[in-house]
Amino acid sequence: MLNTLSGIKKNLTFVFTTLAVSNMSQKVLLNSKEINIILRRLACQLVENHPNFENTVIIGIQPRGVFLADRIIQLLEEEYNITNVEYGQLDITFYRDDFRRSIKPLEANKTKIDFIVEDKQVIFIDDVLFTGRSIRSALTAIQSFGRPKEIELLTLIDRRFSRHLPIQPDYNGRQVDAINDEQVKVNWKEVHGEDTVYLLPTSNTEIEAIQKKKNSK
Amino acid sequence: MSELSVNHLLGIKYLNKEDIDLIFKTADHFKEVINRPIKKVPSLRDITIANLFFENSTRTRLSFELAEKRLSADVINFSAASSSVKKGETLIDTVNNILAMKVDMVVMRHPNPGAGIFLSKHVNASIINAGDGTHEHPTQALLDSYSIREKLGEVAGKKILIVGDIMHSRVALSNIFALKLQGAEVKVCGPKTLIPKHIESLGVTVETNLVKALEWCDVANMLRVQNERMEISYFPTTREYTQQFGLNKEILDSLKKQIVVMHPGPINRGVEITSDVADSKQAIILDQVQNGVAVRMAVIYLLASKINR
Repeated sequence: MLNTLSGIKKNLTFVFTTLAVSNMSQKVLLNSKEINIILRRLACQLVENHPNFENTVIIGIQPRGVFLADRIIQLLEEEYNITNVEYGQLDITFYRDDFRRSIKPLEANKTKIDFIVEDKQVIFIDDVLFTGRSIRSALTAIQSFGRPKEIELLTLIDRRFSRHLPIQPDYNGRQVDAINDEQVKVNWKEVHGEDTVYLLPTSNTEIEAIQKKKNSK
Repeated sequence: MSELSVNHLLGIKYLNKEDIDLIFKTADHFKEVINRPIKKVPSLRDITIANLFFENSTRTRLSFELAEKRLSADVINFSAASSSVKKGETLIDTVNNILAMKVDMVVMRHPNPGAGIFLSKHVNASIINAGDGTHEHPTQALLDSYSIREKLGEVAGKKILIVGDIMHSRVALSNIFALKLQGAEVKVCGPKTLIPKHIESLGVTVETNLVKALEWCDVANMLRVQNERMEISYFPTTREYTQQFGLNKEILDSLKKQIVVMHPGPINRGVEITSDVADSKQAIILDQVQNGVAVRMAVIYLLASKINR
């Protein structure tokens, strides 16, 4: 969400001119079958690099990376009989670099990491990699739990060409060339009733909020 | 809802139920943070906070300072004893001079009721009231309710007893506002001379028999006897107060149910509660202190997120 918003600011004028045409047209990027295949591949790639997960921990980035992390863990268990993977959920709200700068107030989520990551191989899992700022925050946040041996990044969608920081995924589901004002939304069966990745045009309410903020300055 | 309805925390009176829920929800996250190996988050890197204490304080001041530092804010401290206030500077001048050094937020304790409200109308900074005379002490009430919520699951519907000097206690007033807002039942107990007239208009009941009151309650908040605020004698001797309103182990054990014992500190051991009660399993006095840091972090964080520059 943050990623999308900071992207929109840049292209505000562009958005306004094209709003009338682009409104309400959403596109399916990945359907349930494709997601299933990708998740299996990602799990397979993880096992290739971390054969028995002895010294490896998985960290799902709150809020939306957690759904993906849950799935990956489920697959590791079903397909490769890898159980008891150390799994934590990290909230990055207090580490974000847009405190008091974003349009909406930041709302925190639960952090649940009941182990120390000192000398562990950490795998960050998030659904969409956009500007890279969330991952930058996560890199800072994880330091509160020790000094990891190394950190890798797994994402389902990589919106290349929109990075603000030198951050790239190690395991990647699908690369997407969405323009900045578009939004990529991942829906999960468990919460949204379907496994689908959508490409959405920016919603009107968000544009109005940005406009309001601009006017008030 | 993810934003407070106010720009300053001057008293519980100015908050609504949603504000309190939001503060508690945020405090839950900070409580997790302060139990990590590294207990610090960088959220408030660009915020400077002045702690102005025109009245003595140890716990509140340390708690605020720690909360500010755990949020990575820059902190300056000021106490009236060693300042130009002694030379006759007015409150607004003192604060404006401090704000001229680019301070974003002021945490203030002052002996005059309403000092925070007055200040909020005249200076350009976010104000947190850390106790203004006999008026309010909002963060104490918030951490008390937070501790009750943590211990008993929720505050709504619980029976809370406040014992002691209700008249001079800002903790009592803020607690009454906070507890009523969350739907708790509140009873006050103490010497008749220290219970203000018409206190029932705040929606609380009065009981002068301590044992009867304790039989009724789920939680007993034992206030400190504030000798410094009593210019005249409100009760004959401290010993007589202790006999009638002091909580000891025998009374606690004779009750039909296990009640939770709270105290805002500093404790006069052997006056309002005996040592064995203060150190018993039923007392959550030290939990209150720990929760104080998390709740104050939440308040500072939420108010700071409303500062525009």
